[in-house]
Amino acid sequence: MDLFPHRHLLGIKGLTEQDITLLLDRADEAVKISRQREKKTSTLRGLTQINLFFEASTRTQSSFELAGKRLGADVMNMSVGNSSVKKGETLIDTAMTLNAMHPDVLVVRHSSAGAAALLAQKVSCAVVNAGDGQHEHPTQALLDALTIRRARGKLSRIIVAICGDVLHSRVARSNILLLNAMGARVRVVAPPTLLPSGIAEMGAEVYHSMAEGLKDADVVMMLRLQRERMSGAFVPSVREYFHYYGLDAEKLKAAKADALVMHPGPMNRGVEIASEIADGPQSVIEQQVEMGVAVRMAVMETLLLSQNREPRA
Amino acid sequence: MSRTTVIQNVRILDPSRNVDEKGAIVVENGRIAAAGAGALNQGAPEGAEVVDGRGLIAAPGLVDARVFVGEPGGEHRETIESAARAAAAGGVTSFIMMPDTDPVIDDVALVEFVLKTARDKAVVNIHPAAALTKGLAGEEMTEFGLLKEAGAVAFTNGRHPVHNAQVLRRAMTYARTFGGVIALETRDKHLGAGGVMNEGLLASWLGLSGTPREAELIPLERDLRIAGLTTAAYHAAQISVPESADAIEIARARGANVTCGISINHLTLNENDIGEYRTFFKLSPPLRGEDDRKAMVDALAKGTIDIIVSSHDPQDVDTKRLPFADAADGAIGLETMLAAALRLHHSGEVPLMRLVDALSTRPAKIFGLDAGTLAPGAAADIVLIDPDEPWLATRDTFVSRSKNTAFEDARFTGRAVSTYVAGKRVHSLG
Repeated sequence: MDLFPHRHLLGIKGLTEQDITLLLDRADEAVKISRQREKKTSTLRGLTQINLFFEASTRTQSSFELAGKRLGADVMNMSVGNSSVKKGETLIDTAMTLNAMHPDVLVVRHSSAGAAALLAQKVSCAVVNAGDGQHEHPTQALLDALTIRRARGKLSRIIVAICGDVLHSRVARSNILLLNAMGARVRVVAPPTLLPSGIAEMGAEVYHSMAEGLKDADVVMMLRLQRERMSGAFVPSVREYFHYYGLDAEKLKAAKADALVMHPGPMNRGVEIASEIADGPQSVIEQQVEMGVAVRMAVMETLLLSQNREPRA
Repeated sequence: MSRTTVIQNVRILDPSRNVDEKGAIVVENGRIAAAGAGALNQGAPEGAEVVDGRGLIAAPGLVDARVFVGEPGGEHRETIESAARAAAAGGVTSFIMMPDTDPVIDDVALVEFVLKTARDKAVVNIHPAAALTKGLAGEEMTEFGLLKEAGAVAFTNGRHPVHNAQVLRRAMTYARTFGGVIALETRDKHLGAGGVMNEGLLASWLGLSGTPREAELIPLERDLRIAGLTTAAYHAAQISVPESADAIEIARARGANVTCGISINHLTLNENDIGEYRTFFKLSPPLRGEDDRKAMVDALAKGTIDIIVSSHDPQDVDTKRLPFADAADGAIGLETMLAAALRLHHSGEVPLMRLVDALSTRPAKIFGLDAGTLAPGAAADIVLIDPDEPWLATRDTFVSRSKNTAFEDARFTGRAVSTYVAGKRVHSLG
């Protein structure tokens, strides 16, 4: 019985509703472990996990590290700066070097789309994509889904409004895929300069106004707007952006009264989200962080245990 | 060479004379003595080599107007000698070599170096195109007159567009008297900036920056206006969207002396071939959508698009085994251009005569080469094609030094079985 027929987790694309449900169910179990006093299990004892981060990310890296440790794996962190050597060369070269050390799972973050897939072709262990350029960030979408499911009890037919810089967001792409696979209704709300070409065919309803896009939404998912994109390149100014797209109490009123407010972090307070909302009663931003560890435990456990069912080539 | 070769019972396809008939070709001293039905059953002189051409097509050897070679400066990717062997294997008997080398071919000495190396080592005819601007920097024009006298057949900025309209206007005005055809690729500096594939849904899903069609079209329309203004001969080296073909047609109607080409990749592949970040399909201009491809095939059949090029661009693993956005553009193509073009014949989309015209006769005419014809007196550059032979383009079948083909493991029907340059056989299968 192959419950999860995938060797790697490179994206949400290719996962079925069953695959996603299996990961979320296991993550629910992992939440319990994280809430116990004794948090360490022996599920992955003796296995080696390497976190290979070509792009700095304290949050995601520590979440993966903790997930591995709670499963009993030996975890090693490698942060490879983007500075001197050309990015691509270090990717393959570093991957081959690490591969020779017989890791069981490689967690990869890279600034180029497709980097995780390229690496997966070159190494003989499981690969988890921790974010590749503007392509996908599957564990983020899974942790978002887990957060929503635990609060709402389901994912189907709920309305999720993804707001902000969809164009540059791997989080948005993974979430659109996952939420569609689970039968949710997805909306994107952004100025047209921050939406990718063909967005209307990607499985999302397109809105340019927060009042309309948030109407009756169950979930308001804010995206981070990077600083270099705020002043003139994609939007005229921080002030104008916040005025039209920053989530404040007034705009949030359009959503359902108990709508969840989410953000993948790190937040730009006063740019895409007002502090009163980020810290307010509808915010589940801290739960997202907790669910992150659980989802990553579930992903690695699933990949490594399904791999152990058959001898490795 | 005083030997005589007679190719018997062959279907002769010669767009230069609009000939499509069963006949024979007689080659004497490296030149065509006769080619046509009239030469059938004339016998062969004592000691002549007789080739049975039954089931084959004889066409003028292909003329590829856009080939990148690694020599000088990148010999690990391709040398003049290895590119020539690849050309011969693909039925290409003449090609125009792009000046994007290291150093750049922007000086008489470098044109002479290419011609000398070609004379010594190459089995096909190689014609250097000289850089339009020094160092391909797009700022100062090169010595058109002297370069042309040295043997440069065209002026181009290779992979680099010319952004400055004033520079281009002066270069085209000067070239009208001293130079020849100016062949350019167009890509807006800002609009296409950062783009690594066709803009659209697929790029959005892959998380890759897109290049809009307007990035090609807007500077092309500018160039066509300058061509009209200066009355110089302008060749759009590689167009990829039907709007560009329309722009060429409109400029012609205004009286501008303009022609255009398309790479075989853009006629037979589309953006979906990129799949999961396959860098061998990363090209400039990018592969477009299937609707674009079909429209370009129509424009080729109609003759709006004059010629087909291979855009042969050898790249090594160091520039291709990278994440998609970081990888170099380009694919090799000399060896697969003919076979891929035959797909358009087998599908009924483009008549064989038009294909051979676009692959041989037209480019020879545009760039003023002694090629592209089987008329008596012409150089005996001939390709014998088996139009129906099935074959598989596996990696080890390629003779090019680089293996970055967009047709790896492709199934083809038809290929060059023999290639003759000045009457000498430089390639034969089996």
